[in-house]
Parts: sequence; structure tokens; C-alpha cells
Amino acid sequence: MAMKYSDTVLDHFTNPRNVGEIENADGIGEVGNPSCGDIMTFYIKVKDEKIEDVKFKTFGCGAAIAVSSMISEMAKGKTLEEALKIQNKDVAKELEGLPAQKMHCSNLGADALHAAIHSYQSAKEKGLSAPPKVIIDHEHEEGDEHGDGCGCPSCEKDEHTGASTCSTCGPEE
Amino acid sequence: MDKIYMDHIAGTPLLPEALEAMMPFFKEHFGNPSSIHGFGEEAENAINESREKVAALIGANPDEIVFTSCGTESNNFAFKGVPFARRSKGDHIITTPIEHFSIMHTIKVMEKLGFEVTQVPVDKYGMVDPEEVKKAITDKTILVSIQHANPEVGTIQPIAEIGKITSERGIPFHTDAVDSVGAVHINVKQMNVDLLSLSANMFYGPKGAGALYVRKGVSVRPLLDGGIQEKGKRAGTENVPAIVGMGVAAETAMKEMENRRVKLEALGKKLKSGLLERIDHLLEFGHPEKRLPGNVSVGAQFIEGESVLLFMDMAGVAIASGSACISRSLKVSHVMLAMGMDHADAQGSLLFTLGKDNTEADVEKVFEALPPIIQRLRDMSPLYKKKSG
Repeated sequence: MAMKYSDTVLDHFTNPRNVGEIENADGIGEVGNPSCGDIMTFYIKVKDEKIEDVKFKTFGCGAAIAVSSMISEMAKGKTLEEALKIQNKDVAKELEGLPAQKMHCSNLGADALHAAIHSYQSAKEKGLSAPPKVIIDHEHEEGDEHGDGCGCPSCEKDEHTGASTCSTCGPEE
Repeated sequence: MDKIYMDHIAGTPLLPEALEAMMPFFKEHFGNPSSIHGFGEEAENAINESREKVAALIGANPDEIVFTSCGTESNNFAFKGVPFARRSKGDHIITTPIEHFSIMHTIKVMEKLGFEVTQVPVDKYGMVDPEEVKKAITDKTILVSIQHANPEVGTIQPIAEIGKITSERGIPFHTDAVDSVGAVHINVKQMNVDLLSLSANMFYGPKGAGALYVRKGVSVRPLLDGGIQEKGKRAGTENVPAIVGMGVAAETAMKEMENRRVKLEALGKKLKSGLLERIDHLLEFGHPEKRLPGNVSVGAQFIEGESVLLFMDMAGVAIASGSACISRSLKVSHVMLAMGMDHADAQGSLLFTLGKDNTEADVEKVFEALPPIIQRLRDMSPLYKKKSG
């Protein structure tokens, strides 16, 4: 198929691990924006500052689902400190790579997990009985000349500084 | 497993008779149509025969057909060539916000070059109101360009009505009919158009062949400068085999059009009503009646189109979507946004474009494969519970 996904991505997409919600979760985090296509909601259960259980729900493309599934596996059993160190790029690496144009948009698993951890931490700090859902709105940088898109369609890079032409913007002067 | 193809708007299989007619022009009839010797003459005769067949398909005269490499080239040719030729008369162009990228991106180029472009609005069905076109016309308007049928939502525009307005004002009118030529009856005179883009690969011809109809007397500045091919309108050695294939495909399309249309309308209707019966929260896109036969454009709420496409591909059915995640630009379809749709709803876009070889069994296969895929993705979606629960 035209969308080149690695076998690992396809495996996690077709058999996603840890799908669902956790009742009485200790932390809930969400990242995404439907204009870009992906929304990820993560639920964690914490015991002794370790992630005892993690579940997710994702609205999005194949990459977004695979990313969610992969980070749920990576996070399980880790201490909060360790989990906070996982970067989006680490998830992509574990998935044996993602198509360039998916790196910016769909590779938000670590952000969603971190939001869930922050939700747990803030509930603990403030002594709340239920964790507040921490939402990160994945907005595009101000001044992004590609408007509501996520990357450059011609160079397929998430950072398009230095690209001389771009079919969306038309040839540069 | 037999693969089922339901993405004919992206490309159609080549007719066997077209391929057969093309083969000699890869081999023994390799001459350049511009050469005056026998090799050249053979090739020239072949492309002129194709010119007659393509002209007949759209009710034009053969000398009003300019061969191009594809629909994109034809659209660029019209959208740039007419304003460039008429710059002394004005600088204003009228079009819509739901055109193909070969117009949408050309708009930006023309604006950078100093032209003013007005995009008349469309309604929730993606339909243009001819009155809006009339209102947008100024003394400076030198081109109106409005697509005939929209590939993503299937809506067919009132081209003849718009053409009546433009011809009264003496303004050249171009229509991008790439998605409708071969699928529905087209007559450039009845449609009141001065220029019309078409592409062979939309009606079972080969890739690499397109055409622009240019009514006699309409000036267009060439995009490519060079030799005097195509009466000086399009320089460059002609893609003879592809043009020959396009001619055969045009001839067959004319003969079979009514049969194809009747069959595709019935099959499309069956597919759409069957999907609506089997899947809840399914939105219908485009105009309910004025639409391309066999074009079924729907939106599954709470999920995203690419994941559906991947699962459907694994199930052996090839379909398309206007979801942002599919497009290389990662943008939600500009067509659906212009129709006033919600971003999240547009993401669930599923596009089935049926072709002449699709069968009732193919449609049944979709009924079997799609509902569980959609349910599975909805169960995974954070939006599903929020809205339905």
C-alpha cells in the first residue's frame, strides 16, 4: 500500500495493546486536535510511583493507533520518573520508524502519557479525590505558513525551514 | 483473495482494446508525428484519428482538441493560459473553493503574479449557485473556471446555466470535467463552455494522456514553448501511444456510456442505502441526486478514514478518503471544509468510486467487511463514547 508502514506499526495497528479506559484511573491525559486528525486519551493506574496499568483510546490514523499501543507497552511497569523520560521519538524508534509526514502529527503518544502522569501528580499535590484530565491541545506553531496542515506536502518534513519550494505555498520568489 | 477495486476516481484499469491499439506505437510505429516521412505520417495520422474520437465524446470539433499529458496539465493550461492571453482586458478570475489541487494551487500562483481571484461559495452539498457567479463578475473578469463534477463528494454543477451567464458577458468559461468525461453525457456546446479539461485515465484509457478543449476563437497562451505541435498551443513531442489509447477509450466510452451509467447508478444506490442501513452515525456527502454515477461519499462519525482504509485494504477492498491523514499535506479536505463541515466529521470521510467492472457481489463484500471495522475503531475512539454515551 502507498502508506509505507513498518511491520511493527502494522502489528500494533491491527492488534493494539491496552485499548480501553480505566475506571477510577489515577491520571487521565489527552492530546490532539481533530483538524490534524488524531486525539489520544490515556488512563493510568499508579502504585508505589510506578505505572501499574495503562489504557488508551485513540481517534486517528494507523500511525496514531500504533503509537498509542506501543507507548502503552513501553510505559507499563515503569516508574513515573522513567516514563516521563520517554520521548515521542523513542516510540517511533520502537515502531521501527514512521513515515516522515506522520512524525509531526501522529507521534504524540509520549505527550499523552506525560499528560496522564501530570494529571496524577496534580491530583496528589492538591489532595484531589479524582484526577483532573490534563489536555494538551496540539496546535501548530504560530506563523506556520502551511495553515492548518501539519507538514510540508512536497518535502514531507515536519520542519520545513530551508525548503525552497512547497506545492502548498507555491514556488518561492 | 480477489482484490476489489473501488477507487476509480484515482484511476481506472486500461481497456484491453486500448492497450492492443497502443502496442504498435511503442514498437514499429515509433515515428515522430512532426516528421514528414512515412514514419512520421503514420504517427500523425494516428493522433488525428484519436483527436476525432475525443472530440466526438464531448461534442467538439477535432481542431478544438489540444492533447496534454494529464488533467493537471489541462487545468494549468486553461487557468494560466487564458488570463495570460487576456491580461490587457483585465485581471480578475472567478472559481470555487472546491476545485482540484491543479486549480487550487494555481490560484495561489496567479495571485502572486498579480491576478485577483474570487472563489464563489458552495452550499452544504458542494453546489455552486449560478447567481453567485453572476454577482462576482466585474468589468475586469477575464476567466471563469468551475469544475463539472467533484471527485470527493460527487456533486455535479449547473455548468450550462453558468455558461449562459458567462457567454452573455463574453467571458471565457473553463470547466474541469476530468471526473465526469466518460461517466456522463458531455456536450461542450450544450454546456456553454469555452474550455474543458479531460483525462484518459478517468475513462479506462492510459495514464499520460489528457486534453483541453479550446473553443475556436478563444486565445490561450501555451504553457510549453517550443515546436509547433498541437497548432502551436502545446509544444513537445506527442505521447503517441497514450494518445492512441485515449482515442480508443473515448470511442468505447461513447458506445458504452449509457450502459455504464445505468449500471453504476443502480450499484451506487445499492451501496449507499445498504451502508446507511448497516452503519449508524453515517453522514452522506454531496448532492443527493445531482451526482456522479457510482460515486458514494459518506462519513463515519467518531473515527478517522485512514484507519478504515488500511483495514479495508487488508480485507481486500480498495477505497479512498478525504481525511487529513491520507493527504500528503495532512490537511482536512478543502472541499468538505468549503461545504461547512466539522473537522472531525470530515476526518471520517470514506469514498467508494465504482467502475464498470464492479459487481453486486463486490458491494456485498463491502457490507460484510466494513461494519465490523467501523465498530472496532469506534470502540477505540475517545469521541465515540463522548457523543453517544
